[in-house]
Amino acid sequence: MSIPLWRALLMPHRLAIAAVFAGLAFWCAVSLRWDWIPDYAPLAVEGLWRTLWLLGASVVLGFLLAVPIGLAQAVGPWFLAWPARIFCTVIRGTPLLLQIWFLYYGLGSLFPTIPWIRGSELWPYLRQAWPYALLALTLSFAGYEGEVMRGAFRNVARGQLEAARAFGMPRLTIFRRVWLPQAVRNVLPTLGGETVLQLKATPLVATITMVEIYAVSSRVRSDTFIVYEPLLLLALIYLGIAGVIVAIFGRIERQVPARGG
Amino acid sequence: MEPEHPHEAAVAVEVQDLHKSFGGLEVLRGVSLKARRGEVVAIIGGSGSGKSTMLRCINFLETPSAGRIVVDGEPVAVRPDGAPADRRQIERIRTRLAMVFQAFNLWTHRTLLENVTEVPIHVLKVSRRDAEARARALLDRVGLADKADTYPAFLSGGQQQRAAIARALAVDPSVMLFDEPTSALDPELVGEVLGVIRDLAAESRTMLIVTHEMAFAREVADHVVFLLDGRIEEEGPPDRVLGRPRSARLRQFLGAVA
Repeated sequence: MSIPLWRALLMPHRLAIAAVFAGLAFWCAVSLRWDWIPDYAPLAVEGLWRTLWLLGASVVLGFLLAVPIGLAQAVGPWFLAWPARIFCTVIRGTPLLLQIWFLYYGLGSLFPTIPWIRGSELWPYLRQAWPYALLALTLSFAGYEGEVMRGAFRNVARGQLEAARAFGMPRLTIFRRVWLPQAVRNVLPTLGGETVLQLKATPLVATITMVEIYAVSSRVRSDTFIVYEPLLLLALIYLGIAGVIVAIFGRIERQVPARGG
Repeated sequence: MEPEHPHEAAVAVEVQDLHKSFGGLEVLRGVSLKARRGEVVAIIGGSGSGKSTMLRCINFLETPSAGRIVVDGEPVAVRPDGAPADRRQIERIRTRLAMVFQAFNLWTHRTLLENVTEVPIHVLKVSRRDAEARARALLDRVGLADKADTYPAFLSGGQQQRAAIARALAVDPSVMLFDEPTSALDPELVGEVLGVIRDLAAESRTMLIVTHEMAFAREVADHVVFLLDGRIEEEGPPDRVLGRPRSARLRQFLGAVA
């Protein structure tokens, strides 16, 4: 950039826009009610933490599932490709809310009738909501990314894999060192966008009693009848997290340049 | 430059009666050739003559329909359908055959240094330190010492192909297979790549080179093979084959490319 940043920011139209926003922020600060914040801050921190780990865990686990699902569809034999394709179609063709309810109310009411599950070590966890929330979000992410990875595996240039074969790389090494990294590299921008979508899907788990950040804002509303302020703050929080996700993916993308001439 | 006794040295790679069909299309109809250690064999021919397919059958990137490949005296074991019978064996043999591709095929997600150390470290289990030291020396040798940490996308075709040659040298191969190494290059970049290959020929590397560069073939090859319709139409020392061709089809071909 030829103009230094501080001078670019001092252009008259930018100053005008900045003034409008400063005024808006000032108005929000003085004429809206924020006195509830101290009371709810501890709960909000807990909720934020729940949102973040649910997002992180479901994205990581979902992606780990998406790799074999994508691979099965791209190059697998029919008895692997078809189940993978059906899984992706069902997940992508039904509302996530429905999937969460199916798992929570379906599995959740089935499990107590099975004695060995009731007697198992896992039972204390299976009585809570979060395993079902995590499972539903993980399967959902796996369904969408499984489809993305199918294309990603197919689109790795033939010559890249041929070079690996020609130098005597064993198949697993080719997969680990060439095929997978190239496939992931090519869809990083998509994965970043899908992770933001996943973030915005997390409030749905509030419907099965998980108190994440959205549920906290609902609680504020129903306790205090303050409507806009918690929603405004909630929007800012989601924007902030989305910004962090975009920055993280942007950083990874810049580390390895895209394929080019 | 001629190796001192090319016809007494051991055979590095031998192709015996190689056939290859794609569906109903017969691309190779019984090709036999051998390269002794230190020998440079140039394979020429029109497009569709089967010369690239022949090269790709040697390391089994293509599965031969029939015939035998022998590398350093070891025949590649094949199943009845022609595919390698023993995955371990073919992988081991491939590490002794280094290929340089027309389209370079450097791994785009790795720097030049990583491209050159990839096979030594992850296939041949050389220590990272040794592999990197050797890779830097090889990159220096092909004139790319200052590009070690650059990704292939930022390099010219000539630079990429020179890096690909360094990658091939890094495995210390018995035989180097060049599949039209200059055909994808802009004319002004051809020379720098041919220069590197010329140096390799001078130090008696065993090489099979599929090429369209007749002057280059004449200069570096010990033996020239002219393929026509999947068969060897004529072969022999470069001066005779390229200077005084017997076959009318070869004369026609040389007239067309000259």
